[in-house]
Amino acid sequence: MEPLALYLHWPFCKVKCPYCDFNSHVRERIDEPRFAAALRRELAAEAARDGRRPLRSIFFGGGTPSLMAPGTAAALIADAKRLFDAPDDLEITLEANPTSVEAAKLREFRAAGVNRLSLGIQALDGEALRFLGRQHSAAEAVAALEAGRATFPRLSFDLIYARPNQSEAAWRAELRQALALAADHLSLYQLTIEPGTRFATEYARGAFALPGEEAAARLYWATVEEAGRFGLRPYEVSNYAKPGAESRHNLTYWRYGDYLGIGPGAHQRLTLGEGLWAARRHRAPEEWLARVEREGHGRVEEEALAPEDRARELLLMGLRLAEGVDPARLLARSGLSLAEAVDPAMLAACLDEDYLEWTEDGRLRATDEGRMRLDAMLPVLLR
Amino acid sequence: MPDTPLDRIRNFSIIAHIDHGKSTLADRLIQHTGAVTAREMKDQLLDNMELERERGITIKAQTVRLHYQAKDGLTYTLNLMDTPGHVDFAYEVSRSLAACEGSLLVVDASQGVEAQTLANVYQAIDANHEIVPVLNKIDLPAAEPDRVKQQIEDVIGLDASDAVMISAKTGLNIEGVLEAIVTRLPPPKGEPDAPLKALLVDSWYDAYLGVVVLVRVKDGHLRKGQKIRMMSNGSVHSIEQVGIFTPKMAAVESLGPGEMGYVTAAIKTVADTNVGDTLTEDRNPAAEALPGFKPSIPVVWCGLYPVDADDFEKLRESVGKLRLNDSSFHYEAETSAALGLGYRCGFLGLLHLEIVQERLSREFDLDLIATAPSVVYKLKKTNGEWIDLHNPADMPDPSVIEEIQEPWIKATIMVPDDYLGPVLTLCNERRGRQVELTYVGNRAMAVYRLPLNEVVFDFYDRLKSISRGYASFDYAQDGYEAGDLVKISILVNAEPVDALAFMAHRSQADRRGRQICERLKELIPRQLFKIPIQAAIGGRVIARETISALSKDVTAKCYGGDITRKRKLLEKQKEGKKRMRQFGKVEIPQSAFIAALKMDA
Ligand SMILES: Nc1nc2c(ncn2[C@@H]2O[C@H](COP(=O)(O)OP(=O)(O)OP(=O)(O)O)[C@@H](O)[C@H]2O)c(=O)[nH]1
Ligand SMILES: C[S@@+](CC[C@H](N)C(=O)[O-])C[C@H]1O[C@@H](n2cnc3c(N)ncnc32)[C@H](O)[C@@H]1O
Ligand code: SF4
Ligand SMILES: [Mg+2]
Repeated sequence: MEPLALYLHWPFCKVKCPYCDFNSHVRERIDEPRFAAALRRELAAEAARDGRRPLRSIFFGGGTPSLMAPGTAAALIADAKRLFDAPDDLEITLEANPTSVEAAKLREFRAAGVNRLSLGIQALDGEALRFLGRQHSAAEAVAALEAGRATFPRLSFDLIYARPNQSEAAWRAELRQALALAADHLSLYQLTIEPGTRFATEYARGAFALPGEEAAARLYWATVEEAGRFGLRPYEVSNYAKPGAESRHNLTYWRYGDYLGIGPGAHQRLTLGEGLWAARRHRAPEEWLARVEREGHGRVEEEALAPEDRARELLLMGLRLAEGVDPARLLARSGLSLAEAVDPAMLAACLDEDYLEWTEDGRLRATDEGRMRLDAMLPVLLR
Repeated sequence: MPDTPLDRIRNFSIIAHIDHGKSTLADRLIQHTGAVTAREMKDQLLDNMELERERGITIKAQTVRLHYQAKDGLTYTLNLMDTPGHVDFAYEVSRSLAACEGSLLVVDASQGVEAQTLANVYQAIDANHEIVPVLNKIDLPAAEPDRVKQQIEDVIGLDASDAVMISAKTGLNIEGVLEAIVTRLPPPKGEPDAPLKALLVDSWYDAYLGVVVLVRVKDGHLRKGQKIRMMSNGSVHSIEQVGIFTPKMAAVESLGPGEMGYVTAAIKTVADTNVGDTLTEDRNPAAEALPGFKPSIPVVWCGLYPVDADDFEKLRESVGKLRLNDSSFHYEAETSAALGLGYRCGFLGLLHLEIVQERLSREFDLDLIATAPSVVYKLKKTNGEWIDLHNPADMPDPSVIEEIQEPWIKATIMVPDDYLGPVLTLCNERRGRQVELTYVGNRAMAVYRLPLNEVVFDFYDRLKSISRGYASFDYAQDGYEAGDLVKISILVNAEPVDALAFMAHRSQADRRGRQICERLKELIPRQLFKIPIQAAIGGRVIARETISALSKDVTAKCYGGDITRKRKLLEKQKEGKKRMRQFGKVEIPQSAFIAALKMDA
């Protein structure tokens, strides 16, 4: 049976960041015990649906899960270990914001079993942090990083680049500073204007401009180069790690493994019987809560994915990875061979253009040049 | 119902240059005679096509029957025909003229005689019409009625001393127009007891009534139940309804000599209906048909293709129905490698082309792509054979061509003095040869011979822009001449796009080739692969552009919650690709070709 990645969603934040389109909500008061109970109930209900599974990882995402009481995390971790077969080295990640962490709370999360911290630093420049609407200063970011490194065996943090007026030189300098503080993993995202966000409105109004395509490409190359000097390799479009330090949890998504998503708006892919099932949960926290309390779960849609759907999803995720896609895994997971899943003429053209290549062990992977054009490549390549 | 006595009928067309106020005058005549209630009245009432209202121009001639009590105490039946002013719809005018005995020649008193004023008045004279000049827009401060009267006499040679001075907009002196119609235009002639002869003036397809035909009765009668015969093809139909336009369709018992109206007769085959045909009674046919109309000869051709290949059947049906309502539109089936099955269509000009395309897409809900407009070339092959070339893509190999001839036109351009210089420069640039240059007051009239090919390619727009809209333009075909012409192919990713091939004079080839390559570069979005674009004459490349590959396009964050959305987006993008044309490994949105072709028009 496919080992499982378990995602737990905490949908609340102190404030809503202007670029963010995650399922995160700001509430005056949160009835945490009720939400905690609902998360546990939904987890138990989902775990009971099919045979006992091996568990590979747990990820507390958000929102801002570091706002949770550490006890809530502890209870969920204990439940998961009871409901699934967990290895000793189970990866347990917590997303945290620099403001919401004080050293004491971090230690409590560590004690609850969290062994990997992912900090939303976003920038090390005060002005940029204000532009991004973040609640922390650059100094707080550095302090949180130091506390995190001292407390957790594994640590990663996020930065957002290609911000308005950000020169390549300035980004290289900021990134070098970040790399000096880094452990063995970083997520480095190009700023994206997501529909429905405050940035989307402001950007449409012309309140600020972003680097063009060419400039963004240069910033991307600079990122790869600077990270490389510190031994961090881009193992995924926006994720950099020393060999062995990759996020096991996120690798499950990109390798198109099974994952269970618990909490408001969480998505999942589960092998149930013969099929691969996609499901999502109600997005609104209160409605989700009511449904779990009433029906035991907040699932709103569940469908068995057709072979073509599975092949497309596997390829669109897998080609984001530097390791690429194993055609045998594609066949096993989707029922389609590579020749059935992609247009052979376009495959040849992409190989010819050095956007794609075969690895020695027979995997199809996107080259660096191909990976940075993946959104243009997928619609022509996939059938 | 007894016939209206002939001497109480007046049939007349309103003719003028574009925008001189024909439709507005028609409004006032309709209003003044009480044909519609105040509530039903609206501006340019007869322009009932959506396109006409949007663009403020008349495209189709329209008929309405009015009743007018004249100063002599008698009530007259007036059949008014409002006609289009634009040169591309001249065929509508000529058919309307054939149905009438007289014309109101409307001239804008602030603008004076323009190119289409001349073209239309000469048509009316040819049709033996009595003509009443009407000076419109005298409410405008810029109106110069005396100068314009003089101009009518000098340029047209028509007595303008009794011209009716009006403002169609304010309604000033509409009574004067009505009296002139009654007293100065002749009544129709006709024999009530002779075998039926009715002229088929126009036809259209109505969703409820089927084929409707507009007729002018010359002799005899048309009534419900009658069996009529189309004299051109012998087809026989039983009349279901006879009626008039009030302007709404209203059934009547019969139509007698001199009258105009419509007939429906369960005509199933669109091809049975030919404008200019004579309707007669099957039992008691007329000995000979009416003279009919000269067929219109298309001057511009282009290919029309459904964007979605599945729509070809629908296009086939639609062109048939449209042709019913537009006899100056011609079509024949054609196949294009880039665009699939479609039609090669002939038009009277570029506005006509644009309007037909719009009508097809709106009235028949079709999504179409049009290829670059082309004139008809005559090719002499080395074996002595002559062929007509309607489509540059069909051009034989240059080695078997001995000579290429292109159509020329005689263009009349009227323009205020101040803009004459640039207008002459434009004509010369376009290989024009001056025939005549005369002045009427401060307006110049330039007569030029020009290759039609040069006019089809953005001439009209240029003329309008360099004269700030003041120049007016009319033309007539003027024979063929040999020319140094070449076919220019456009290659995308080294593959020819048949829909973009065009003919040009050798002296213009480089410029035109470069222009279209530059345009395509702007219009084709950057994509995964770089795309070479070339213009070539035979194997020789004369212009080249490259669209570079896009440099970065990848979603930054993609985790477990994003997969569904990404896949759905991908599916949508794949769906969108149905609108793309494949050139080797690159796919070009059809919209880019459409835009490139549009810019040409
Ligand atoms: N000031 C003024 N404007 C007028 C008068 N008559 C018409 N117009 C305006 O002139 C414009 C053109 O009028 P139309 O009646 O559509 O002209 P037309 O001759 O039917 O135009 P086409 O059918 O396109 O050839 C409109 O904006 C009218 O309002 C008039 O007597 N005085
Ligand atoms: C689930 S969010 C992390 C949540 C956490 N509350 C935080 O803000 O740090 C994961 C990361 O995605 C990145 N991200 C979110 N929205 C983004 C956007 N519009 N453009 C680029 N990166 C974005 C941020 O770096 C963020 O830390
Ligand atoms: S804190 Fe994180 S999840 Fe919350 S709004 Fe900001 S970016 Fe989004
Ligand atoms: Mg009009």
